[in-house]
Amino acid sequence: MSFKVSTREIGDVTVIDMDGRITLGEGSSLLRDLIKEKLASGHRKIVMNLSGINYIDSTGLGELVSGYRLIKSQGGELRLLNLNKKVSDLLQITKLYAIFDIYTNETQAVSGFHS
Amino acid sequence: MPPKPQRIEVVLETLIESIALAEEMGVRVAAAAGFGEDDQYKIGLAVHEGVMNAFQYGNQQRRERKIHVIFELHEEKLVIHVLDQGTGFRLEDVPDPRDDENVLGDSGRGVLLMKAFMDEFDVLAGAAGGAEVIMAKHHRGRSFRVG
Repeated sequence: MSFKVSTREIGDVTVIDMDGRITLGEGSSLLRDLIKEKLASGHRKIVMNLSGINYIDSTGLGELVSGYRLIKSQGGELRLLNLNKKVSDLLQITKLYAIFDIYTNETQAVSGFHS
Repeated sequence: MPPKPQRIEVVLETLIESIALAEEMGVRVAAAAGFGEDDQYKIGLAVHEGVMNAFQYGNQQRRERKIHVIFELHEEKLVIHVLDQGTGFRLEDVPDPRDDENVLGDSGRGVLLMKAFMDEFDVLAGAAGGAEVIMAKHHRGRSFRVG
């Protein structure tokens, strides 16, 4: 399944909805470009909804990390939403689970951002 | 005398499409060898990571280079070799991405995932000078044979 991405705004929070695989050649560069685009247009509160992501490789994990670093460097905040077990396990193995703010509820994910 | 392992050797082009192709082969070989779905996923991901490393770092995305993937079906385990035509690398030079100073870095996650998902993992100098990643998944509880 190839990578599909769309965005929506809830107040001043951008939710990035993703489907498919985030791997080298599928999704990783699209995701990177989208984050840059959103930051360039002033969006600083970003939620990545990974509920549709069924596969991620080390490059995909690297893009999540790069996104986190970039957003943070520009004074923003990134949250991850609805990780499935496989993605969650990979974040645990790589110790990234402790780095990201991870949510299972969208209402909670889009509220309470530090201004 | 133990039976000779069955062997499947594939030569892949250094193309980005080869990564998913190799992963699918890994999943299908694992399924044919009797591994359950969870192990099929892990084996597929390990092959994906190994071929991705060969594509990006070993062969430097150079089209004239090849990636060799070999599956060996032993009675007690599936052994997978991934060989590139680069200059090789040493496992001890790969940073551990779990270390505090590396966790937000760019390197080492592929090797970490291969080590985490396979029961055996090593990197040798390939016969032609590149790297040879060798990894194995043990078949739990019973020996197996394809065919």
